[in-house]
Amino acid sequence: MDSEITSQQPKTSQVETKPKLNPNNRSFKLQAKNVDVFYDDFQAIKDISLDIVENSITAFIGPSGCGKSTFLRLFNRMNDNIDGFQMNGEIRIDNKNIYDESIKVEELRKRVGMVFQKPNPFPKSIYENVAYGLRIQGVKDEDYIENRVIESLKQATLYSEIEDSLDKQALALSGGQQQRLCIARALAVKPSVILMDEPTSALDPISSGKIEDLIHELKKEFTIVIVTHNMQQAARVSDNTAFLYMGNLVEYGDTQKIFTNPKKDRTQNYITGRFG
Amino acid sequence: MAPQHLDSELKLLKDNVLELMFLVKNQLEKGQKALHDFDEELAHEIMANEKRVDSLELTIDRDCENLLALHNPVAVDLRFVMASFKINSDLERIGDHANSIAKYIVDFGHKIDEETLKTMRLDEMYDTANKMVSNIFNAFITEDTNLARKVFRLDETLNQINREVSGSTASLIENDVSQTKNYLYLFSIVRKLERVGDLSKNIAEELIFYIEAKVLKHKKMKSKNNNGNEESGNS
Repeated sequence: MDSEITSQQPKTSQVETKPKLNPNNRSFKLQAKNVDVFYDDFQAIKDISLDIVENSITAFIGPSGCGKSTFLRLFNRMNDNIDGFQMNGEIRIDNKNIYDESIKVEELRKRVGMVFQKPNPFPKSIYENVAYGLRIQGVKDEDYIENRVIESLKQATLYSEIEDSLDKQALALSGGQQQRLCIARALAVKPSVILMDEPTSALDPISSGKIEDLIHELKKEFTIVIVTHNMQQAARVSDNTAFLYMGNLVEYGDTQKIFTNPKKDRTQNYITGRFG
Repeated sequence: MAPQHLDSELKLLKDNVLELMFLVKNQLEKGQKALHDFDEELAHEIMANEKRVDSLELTIDRDCENLLALHNPVAVDLRFVMASFKINSDLERIGDHANSIAKYIVDFGHKIDEETLKTMRLDEMYDTANKMVSNIFNAFITEDTNLARKVFRLDETLNQINREVSGSTASLIENDVSQTKNYLYLFSIVRKLERVGDLSKNIAEELIFYIEAKVLKHKKMKSKNNNGNEESGNS
C-alpha cells in the first residue's frame, strides 16, 4: 500500500483539517464511517471516513475508476441494486445510518436528490417533469404542485426562460436548460441534500457557468456533493475537496488549500495534471 | 491539459528568469569594478545592457500571462508562476539600480580615492549585495531554501552598514564642504545598494513561498524555520 494514501481518513480530515472543514461549528449533514465497498471480489472503496458539513459544497475528484461516483451514490443508496454490491461501515445523514433496515429507500431519496452527467428529462412537458416527483409521492393538491413547480424552476434559474412555455416538450430544451430542469425536478420534492455526478460534463461553457452559479445559490438551502473531472470547476465551486485514488481517500480538506498547497504529493501530481 | 506542454512552458519561464538573474548579477558585479577602477567604458556597457534587462522583463511578464491564461496552473505550479512574476519585477528594479549607479560613475568623472571608498564602505556593501544576488541565483537553480534564508542575515548586514555610513558621510562633508556633491553621489550609491538588498530579500521570500508554500513577507517577528534555526521575514 502506498504510504501517501490515507485509508484511515480521520487522520487527515479530523486531525489536520477539521477546523477548516467545519469553520462555524455547523453540524455534520453527511458522514461516512469506515466504509468499504465491494463489487464481488473487487474492492471499490477502502475504509473511507469523511464528514460533510451542512450547507456546504464538497467536490469529489480523482481519476476514472477511483471510486468517487461509487462513493457519491452511497449517499442515496443508488448502488444497492448493482450485482455483487456489498458495503461495510456506516453512511449517516443527520446522524442516522441510512443503511439501517428501518430506512425506506423511497423516503431517503426524497431527502437526497441526484443530478446525473447527462440531462435525463422525461418525454413529457416541462411542467410535468418537475411535477413528476410530487405525483409519484401521491400529492393530489394541484395548487400545491403548481406552486412547487414554479418555485423549483425559479430556484433552478430556469423559470424566466420558459415561463410562457411550461407545456412545451422538455426534450425541446437546450442541453443546459434540460440539466437545470433536472435540477428543478430534484428540488421539487424538497430534498436537503443534492448529489451531482459530473453535472456539466456534457454542457458548453456558458451552460456550465449557469449551473455553477446555480450550485452556489443552492448552497444556502442544500448540502451539495459534486463529482467532477474538471479541476477548475472543483476549485471554483466547492468549499471542500476530497481526492480519491484507487478506492482510497488520499486527501480531504479546504478546497483553497488543496489547490494551492496540497499536503500529499499524490494530490499535487493529480491536480497539476502529472498523473491520472 | 497536456502536462508535457505545461512542463516545457514552466521550464522556459525558469530559464528566462535565470537568464535575467544572471544578467542582473553581472550588471551589479560590473558596477563594483567600474566604480573601483573608474572604468567609464564598463559603466557605459552596464547602461547599454539595461535594454536587455527591460526586454527580458517583458518576455517573462508575457510568459507568466500565457501560463496563467492557457494552463490554469495550480499548487506548486501556480506558486512558481506567481513567484516568478514578482521576482521578475524585483530583478528589473535591481537592474535599474545597477544602471543608475553606472550613470553616477560617469557623472562622477574621476577615480575615487581608496580612503573615501573605504570610509563609505562601498566595497563592503557591494560584496554583501553581490553575495545576496549570488545566493538567490543558486537557490533558484537548486531550489535550496536554506541558501535563500541566508539572504535575510546578509540584508541585516547591509542595513547596518547603511545606517553607519550616514554618519560617516556627514563627517566627510563637514571636513571638506567642496566635495559635498561627490560625497552625496557616493551616498546615493550606498542607498541604492541597500535597496538591492531589500529587493534580494523579497526574492528570497518569493523562493521560499514557491518551494515551501510559506509566506514570510511582512513578518517582523523572528520565526523558526524547519530546522529550528531562527530566520527573519520582511521588516
